[in-house]
This record gives sequence, structure tokens and C-alpha cells, in this order.
Amino acid sequence: MATTAEPAATSSAGELFQGDRGDSRLYRDPALFAEEMDRIFKKTWVWVAHASELAGPNTFKTTQIGAQPVLVTRDKAGKVNVLLNRCRHRAATVCEKKRGRQSVFVCPYHGWSYDPDGTLRKVPHSWGYEEGFDPAQFPLQSLRVDEYNGMIFATFNPDAPDLAEHLGAARKWIDLFMKQGAGFGVKVLGEHSFRFPGNWKIQLENTTDAYHFPIVHKTFLDSLDEETENVFDVLGQGGWVEDLGNGHSVMVMIPALVDLEHDLDAPIPERFAELAQALRDEGHDEATVRKVVRAVGGTGFNLNMFPNIACSMAFFRELRPISVSETEVHHIAIGLDGGPELANRMRLRLHEHFQGPLGFGTPDDAEGWERVQRGVQAGDDMPIMVNRGVAAPQGTAEPGHDAGDVSSETGMRAAYRMWKRMMQG
Amino acid sequence: MTTSIFAPTTATPRVAQVITLAEAQALIWQEAELLDTLGYKAWLDLWTAEGYYVIPTERGDGDPVVQLNLLYDDDAMRRMRVKRLTSGFAMASSPPARTVRTVSRFVVAASEPGLIAVRGAQILVEYKYDRTRIIAADVTYRIVATDDGLKLDQKVVTLINADDPLHGIGYLL
Ligand code: FES
Ligand SMILES: [Fe+2]
Repeated sequence: MATTAEPAATSSAGELFQGDRGDSRLYRDPALFAEEMDRIFKKTWVWVAHASELAGPNTFKTTQIGAQPVLVTRDKAGKVNVLLNRCRHRAATVCEKKRGRQSVFVCPYHGWSYDPDGTLRKVPHSWGYEEGFDPAQFPLQSLRVDEYNGMIFATFNPDAPDLAEHLGAARKWIDLFMKQGAGFGVKVLGEHSFRFPGNWKIQLENTTDAYHFPIVHKTFLDSLDEETENVFDVLGQGGWVEDLGNGHSVMVMIPALVDLEHDLDAPIPERFAELAQALRDEGHDEATVRKVVRAVGGTGFNLNMFPNIACSMAFFRELRPISVSETEVHHIAIGLDGGPELANRMRLRLHEHFQGPLGFGTPDDAEGWERVQRGVQAGDDMPIMVNRGVAAPQGTAEPGHDAGDVSSETGMRAAYRMWKRMMQG
Repeated sequence: MTTSIFAPTTATPRVAQVITLAEAQALIWQEAELLDTLGYKAWLDLWTAEGYYVIPTERGDGDPVVQLNLLYDDDAMRRMRVKRLTSGFAMASSPPARTVRTVSRFVVAASEPGLIAVRGAQILVEYKYDRTRIIAADVTYRIVATDDGLKLDQKVVTLINADDPLHGIGYLL
């Protein structure tokens, strides 16, 4: 018999988004939030880690899927496991470290110990259990896991389509994004994290919102040299937003930086001149210098993958819903896996410049999102409008994909269409 | 323009005066008051040209030049940051949360002619939108004597929750 906690087979919640208008309850209804955790975060693929965060056997990180704490491990065979961080005995979390390396997880309460693949290894004082009690029956609960080009996802749903199918047209953009490894591969270098008092979908929308950039990020733009300021003229370079299906979308702000392996003969921008010279001084040939320098600046697009991860120009942006009016955001810095150390330093400095709780960009984004959550308490009948957009420039988006100009709200509509599909169950 | 990718150098004391803890405290408290009252332009003058202002993302003794920081400012970056905070165009800083901070629990970590290093504890309360938040941090200061008086040469603010989710911060710590 199904438990009462299971969501009803169908729901009217999907009605809250119609075409290009959202109901205020999307941001403020706690019951709707609970339903989203069941119908979306327990039903689709949720990003949990980049492969470089699990560098070698017996490594792990902790995170969450929806509201549920999970442990992501690489076991001694090298396989990635995503396990509920809940002891099978009486529910204590088995690990509270953010990341690390260990070959066993011992529950601190009564000492049940688990292998990194979730197997229950040992139960202390097992004489107290009746004969027939079989520890093999009580591994940590494991989720379905799959990986695409280093991006590791997990799902509670045995019936979800394969990850490759779920990502679909987004895969091409993941591949383009990973070119910023400059041939060395991509590695996580560190992360900024913060919470804001607002609904998770406000952040989801923002990843494909070029419209806000010149206004909210004016002080970031003002801190750049003229050449770089022109690079970040995100509305003025013929970019576009493209619906990639399944709620995913890409916003191309700097078309010249879609494929980082193209046009390597272009002059090295002034802001990278010091790095380029330092790399030459270290003995790298000119081709390597150009490839690395091009990669250091990151790509010119944001790939938004429903529901919780974006490949955003030069970093990963992960969102974790906390409550209807609180969201946690991680800005994960990435660099070259084994490339010149100076290149990664430059990437760290660029990341610090804009991202994180004290960056030149993020605090203003967070303030804006909080203002949305405050404002949406007013007015029950006024819709949230995501109808902006004119046609994408000729020859940009793939034929057959819905697309709009760079400032369009096409990506938000794509995400809400998937939201609606999932909420109707 | 971002902070240089090269490892920082520190200022060499140009005056061989012995700096007392009381003198160092006076500078630290002057700085705290300037930050609480948004006296950012005057705050810039408290620094040596070589000075580094660092807020790491991890607790511990890691080298900020090869790690991700919340803030890692040399002179040029500090000036741009002050320009941003005082421009009126940064939403999180127009106005920022109000702050009141105290710095205490001072311990002299090193002392030589013309230089003192001090460890302290900072408790800051911020207020905005009917909400107060507390931010606690261990702070280390490197202070040098110059012809122009005592100057900050390094300040490292290690938040109690440096490695956990924070919130948008539109002022200086
Ligand atoms: S709750 Fe884990 S051993 Fe008892
Ligand atoms: Fe933004």
C-alpha cells in the first residue's frame, strides 16, 4: 500500500505557470515547495559533483538532493556511489565532513560501519541481534548515478530516462564548456557558497538573464579596463538564448567565446598579457601559451541545466533549495587539471573578482533576488512576467530549437515548461 | 584588472620605532570605526602600498595566492572595491547593511623594530531589512611604521564559518 507521503498521481500545481506568466505562489507557497521536492528533486537527475572532486579511491564529498543529505563517494574500485547520509540503524548521519578521503564511514551513535560503496561492514555487539539478522540487508541506501564529461548526477527515480537522454542537446554545450581545461582537463579549485532569502527558481531564472547584467553589474563593468569592458558588453554582441529541451537552455553572451579552440591566432587581450609573458618565461611554446590564455578567460555562455546546475562562463553554479524562501548557491571555481599553476592562479583571481559573498557581482545579485522575494508578497493577481524576447540573430541557434535574442527570457520559459511538465506528474 | 597573480611582498619598515600594543590597538580601532561609518576613502590611507587584505574561504594556514579567497585585495583592487562600494550603483551597498563591530582579545604575535603582528577577535553585527546577523572572525594584522605613521600592511580576516555558506556582504569586514 502506498504511504500517504507519496504525491498524488497528478497535481494542479502545474497550472501556476501558463505560457510566459508565472503565479506569485511559485515563489512563496510552502506546500508547493514540498511538492517540488517530491515531483522534481526526487524524480529527475540532480547534479552532485564534478569528477575531480573525487580524485582517487576512497574519496568523498557530502551534499544534498532536494532536502536529503547525501554522501558522494568513489570506492576503492573507482566507482562513484551516491548514498543517503543516514545510518540504517536509527538514522544518524554517518559523515558530516564536507570532503575528504576515508575507507570506512563509522556511524558515531552505535558504531555501525559502512564501506564507501555503502555495504554495512560491521555491527558492534552483534550478539544482541537475533539469529537471522543479516547486515548485508542494510547497506546505506544508494541512488542511481551517471556521469557525462565529468559531471556526476544522481536520481532517486529508477524510471528516469538515461542521463544522456535527459541532457540531450545540452551535452554539446557541456563539451564546449570543458574546453577551458585547455586539453589538461577541468579540475575544481575551490568554492564560494552563500544563501539568500528567496525561492530557488529566482536563481534558476537568473542564470539565463542577460537583461540584468549591465544594470546590476555596472560596478563590476566599471572596474574593468576598456577592452575587457567591451568583452562583457553582453547585450551588444549578437548573442542569443536557445531552448535545449528538458528545461535546459544556453545563453550565449560572447559568441566569439563559444569554442575556445577557434581563432587561437587572435591577439592576446591586455588583461592576460602578464600571464602570457609569465608562461613564456616558464618555457611554454607560443601555441601552448595561446591555448592556455584563451582557456583561462572561460567561455562566453551560460548553460543552465534543470533543475540545479549551470556551467556558467568559467565556473559551476549549483543551487540547493533550502525552503520556499531560502536557497543556497555554490560558485565552484574550476581550473586546469595539471596545467601551468600560474594559469590557475589567474582563474582564482578572476573568480574572486566577480563571484562569492564579497565579489564585485554576487552581492548585488543576492540583493536583487531578496528584493524579488520581498516584493512578491504584494499583489496576488499580478503575474511574474517572463515574456521578453525578439528573434535570435540569423544563423545562431540550431534549427528547430526555440530561441530568442540574448536578452530574451527564452531560457526561463524553457525551465518553467519543464517545471510544469514535472509538477503535473 | 584583478589582483596580481604573483605572490605578494610585504612592506619593509622604514622607521625603526618599537610599536606598542596600545599603538597598534589605536590603529585597529580607528580602522574598525572607519569601516562601520563607511569612511572608505580615509580607510584606503591606512594601508601601505604593498598591503594585502585577505578573507580566505578555508580556516587554516593555507597560502592565499594559490587558494580561492572570498576577498584578496592588493592596492589596486582595494581602490576599485572602494570605488564600487561608494559609487551608489552597487545594489547591495546602496545602502549596505548597517554594522557595529568590536575587535578585541589582542595577542602580540611578533614584534621587531618598526613592525608588529597582532592577532585579535572581531565580532560584527549587521542589520538590514529587520534582520540582524552576527559575523565572527579571527583577524591578524601586520602593522609597520612609516614616515607617515603606522600603516596596515596585511590584514587577514578568517571567518568562523569561512568554509560554510555566507550571504551577500555589501560592506567591508
Ligand atoms: S544510529 Fe547509527 S549505529 Fe545507531
Ligand atoms: Fe548577475
